[in-house]
Amino acid sequence: MNWKTGAATAAMAILAFTGSAAAEGELNIFNWGDYTNPELIKKFEAAHNVKVTVTDYDSNDTALAKVRAGGHGFDIVVPSANYVPIWVKEGLLLEARPDQMENFKNVDERWVNVHWDEGRHYTVPWQWGLSGIGVNSKVYGGDINTSAIFLDPPAELVGKINVEPEMTDVLFATIKYFGGEWCTEDKELLKKVRDKLVEAKPKWLAMDYSVTEKLPAGDYAAVYYWNGAILRSRIKNPDIKFGYPKEGYPIFMDSVAILKDAKNPENAKLFMNFIMDPENAALISAFAKYSNGIKGSDAFLPADMKDAPELTVPAEFEKAGQFLTTCSPETSALYTRIWTDINK
Amino acid sequence: MATAAETARQGETETIRRRWLLSAPALIIIFVAAVGPLFVMLAYSFMARGDYGDVKFGQFSLDGWFSVFFQRDVFDDTVTLAEAHLSILWRSLRLSLITTVLTVILGFPTAYFIATRPRHTREIWVFLVTIPFWTNLLIRTFAMQQVIRNEGVINTLLRALGIIDQPLQIMYTDWAILFGMVYVYLPLMVLPLYASMEKLDFRLIEAGYDLYAGRLSVLWRIVIPLVKPGVIAGSILVFIPSLGAYVIPRVLGGGKNLMLGNLIEMQFGSGRNWPLGAAISITLMVLVMVALLFYVRNASKSGAQHG
Repeated sequence: MNWKTGAATAAMAILAFTGSAAAEGELNIFNWGDYTNPELIKKFEAAHNVKVTVTDYDSNDTALAKVRAGGHGFDIVVPSANYVPIWVKEGLLLEARPDQMENFKNVDERWVNVHWDEGRHYTVPWQWGLSGIGVNSKVYGGDINTSAIFLDPPAELVGKINVEPEMTDVLFATIKYFGGEWCTEDKELLKKVRDKLVEAKPKWLAMDYSVTEKLPAGDYAAVYYWNGAILRSRIKNPDIKFGYPKEGYPIFMDSVAILKDAKNPENAKLFMNFIMDPENAALISAFAKYSNGIKGSDAFLPADMKDAPELTVPAEFEKAGQFLTTCSPETSALYTRIWTDINK
Repeated sequence: MATAAETARQGETETIRRRWLLSAPALIIIFVAAVGPLFVMLAYSFMARGDYGDVKFGQFSLDGWFSVFFQRDVFDDTVTLAEAHLSILWRSLRLSLITTVLTVILGFPTAYFIATRPRHTREIWVFLVTIPFWTNLLIRTFAMQQVIRNEGVINTLLRALGIIDQPLQIMYTDWAILFGMVYVYLPLMVLPLYASMEKLDFRLIEAGYDLYAGRLSVLWRIVIPLVKPGVIAGSILVFIPSLGAYVIPRVLGGGKNLMLGNLIEMQFGSGRNWPLGAAISITLMVLVMVALLFYVRNASKSGAQHG
């Protein structure tokens, strides 16, 4: 290739790039990995003639760190409930007033006046679920409705357990295991929590994601993980059973928010309104298998989600579930230190 | 009138100036892109940590550096040596050293084999060694998961052959990390080894045999001293990236068997302790520099002996 053709190719490449960028609107979504239905994105792109890019993150802290660092180029982020107040306090979110949007009437009353966003001035429900136990019943046949599965694992499961690497969920279950309350500062109890986790960790195989692939394949025999992912595992491998930790389990909701420095805030608002439509909300759930917070979306859900044991909490375990709240910065700092102690 | 010596000196300064000018673009890039960020890191390591990551600008604090080596108990505030960091450091050093030794053991015969082929076929062999570089490291690491996981190639094969009845747990162990690093860094050892073996004068080996040296003696006293620069270059190329490995321990170690790279990443992510992360990064760099100095001094010594 001589320099002339080289230059011509480069010029064409530049043209092609700028051409596509200028064609229509854009929307950059920053969301948890393996969480966004490509069909939903395609439908939104077609409906509003917007090019959507989805980028993954793997934890609330990663997302927060990246956006705080600046220069990220994202419009939308999907933080968990207990992190939303931090995002708001740090001045990272746009007050998009989704409560005044056309489709807001579809949001289930249960999810309107929520503690992290009273009256929904910033965020729109994406999905909600809980952390529970998934066990391969071929490996272990005992009681799985307990956090002991990963905190005091039975011999059959030692060395085959995967625990989600999300600090708040793991600490919540362990604090509840010792009868404490979330956000407690009781040092004696927290010491027990730390010692138990330090003792239990060598009995785990990993603290990783990709459960939907490795649990059904037999790489993990048990997990402490989010219910939707365990449902997806069970669809692939019917031996996977779901347990609700009777000592206490955390409930989460991830909500869609618009970043203050978004470059495409109007498209982001369109997206907010779009996902509050029952049919579209059902698309979100159909992929990641968690419940959404939109009334009337049940009618559009795929058959394998209706009456799924992972999504239908039995009456006896309903009380054990509790919403993760944001603890004070001091308590959070204490918890982070415990978590770092465990993760070393 | 200028004397001959003066003209010569003038010519010399002229050459020196031209050399500096010619190397300026590279030097500027190195200073702006590499040395500059290092100073940012150094500054960050001496600041107080922010509540949700980041640092508090202008607030001087030694906490970051303190936590590299010591830890304060969460509950009774007693100060002890940060054994967690030390054990991660030790794991990194140990795995990197073993990786270096293994790649030498595997790479040496490979390079020797290539160097002793006829000239026109050598290129093909070298070309074959570089093929893995065509694929992204991340993809190769995930592909390796498929080989070593419980339902993967190795375990399926061993079970089909009846050698084992329970799958071997290779995934998520230090073995998996070691396996991955040896595989990924082996070409970086083979290539410099081959480069110095290619220059090896094989008549010296013949001369050795003529003087009744055994095979081992020829290897130890002729081949190895002559290709030592290649071994040193290869070891540097393997040891340093191994020490800072991030992707391989993350993907094959399951996020539980941390190496220094992962420890640093954790401080900038969920650990929310940027000063500590910066301090550990600088510690790692100092370690690498000490190792390099050690290698270089060794190399120049042996060069003087054999040159």
